[in-house]
Amino acid sequence: MDIDILKEYIPLYKEALILTLKIGWQGIFLSLILGLIGAAILHFKVPVLKTITGIYIEIFRNTPLLVQLFFIYFALPKVGIQITAETCGVLGLGLLGGAYMIETFRSGLESIPTIQTESALSLGMTNGQTFYHVILPQAVSVSVPGLLANVIFLLKETSVFSTISLMDLMFTAKDLIGMYAKTIECLFLLVVFYLIMLLPVSLLGAIIERRARYGQFGD
Amino acid sequence: MSELLKVTHLQKKFGDNVVLKDINLTVKKGEVVVIIGPSGCGKSTFLRCLNGLEEIQDGVIVVDGLPVEAGKREITKLRQKIGMVFQSYELFPHKTVLENIILAPLKVQKRSKEEAIKEALELLDKVGLVEKKDYYPRQLSGGQKQRVAIVRALLMHPDILLFDEVTAALDPEMVHEVLETMLALAKAGSTMLIVTHEMSFARAIADRVIFLDKGDIVEEANDVKGFFTEPKTERAKRFLKTFAYE
Repeated sequence: MDIDILKEYIPLYKEALILTLKIGWQGIFLSLILGLIGAAILHFKVPVLKTITGIYIEIFRNTPLLVQLFFIYFALPKVGIQITAETCGVLGLGLLGGAYMIETFRSGLESIPTIQTESALSLGMTNGQTFYHVILPQAVSVSVPGLLANVIFLLKETSVFSTISLMDLMFTAKDLIGMYAKTIECLFLLVVFYLIMLLPVSLLGAIIERRARYGQFGD
Repeated sequence: MSELLKVTHLQKKFGDNVVLKDINLTVKKGEVVVIIGPSGCGKSTFLRCLNGLEEIQDGVIVVDGLPVEAGKREITKLRQKIGMVFQSYELFPHKTVLENIILAPLKVQKRSKEEAIKEALELLDKVGLVEKKDYYPRQLSGGQKQRVAIVRALLMHPDILLFDEVTAALDPEMVHEVLETMLALAKAGSTMLIVTHEMSFARAIADRVIFLDKGDIVEEANDVKGFFTEPKTERAKRFLKTFAYE
């Protein structure tokens, strides 16, 4: 392995990392919002919206992100909707992630016994207050491991962004290999940069998990 | 004394299964009514109907002149008049003792935080738990949790308190501390409806006893001591016998 080549490539990887993180976190943010809304819809069994949410989950969980990205990036312009590659990435990741996040939040919500709801209701709280103050905080703390797994999964899924010409880590590596054929150096940097991106998430997650479960386990 | 709770011809069914047949009950202000009966007789379901946690199929429940109707928007207002304490405490595990107690007064009654905290601490002091105010529920014993749950219901200033087998999950020693708290409430003039299996406690606290079996009021006694020594119905006699050991 050639150290000089590594040094030369690192700035390019850095740029790619920043782009990947930018799109990744925007997508994850979108997926968390979709997840919360969808889970609330399922929790309250809102008519019609409940069915729509169910269909949405099945479509996005059962098709590859690559196919979803192609659809958004290449098919939508045909019906007159133009979006940039970056928006497409955020949208694709957010929609895919949303389907997973809904299920994760939902399982958290379901794990809270009904009598907790009844206890809050019997204090005169409305359904909304009960959900927001009593059920959701407990459900989120139960969901943290699942949410974290989703976040890591989504950040890794960003590797398919290269197919819609987003200069993410994967794209950069493939590009450099194609141009200069320094395969080993490029792949080595690729692994290192994915680890740089994801290891802190895992560590941060462990801390959040402990904090979120304060009420149950910590002291 | 004025009528606080009036139940007429209440019927409750789960599918085809009739749980409460035709319940009629009036509770006056300041009265302590104890409901006893074998497991599955519908005692807990009856309490749950009273604050609209269960829908009823027939009859009318009126609290302080207002009808209790499950699923209606007004029910949240009415529930503030009806405090309920559960067998399993149901404190909110992610909130401290103090947060548990002041949550509803702040969010539902929109009271000021200082005032709610002040009264919460006074009430906690009365039940001997003021130094536990920043503890989480899991750090408390069962008896302590149950006393916090009672304080939480009290801070809403309810007109009537419902107790659903509040000592059934507790060790004998802790049962005592919870019952003491309830006795103090009764002495202070609270209106209470209590479902319990503690017969000697029922005898000590009740102004009136209702004996429920198979969804029906089998016996209603204003003479509480009389009921426990010499019940009028055969069914109540057999039930009370199961508590006596020779």
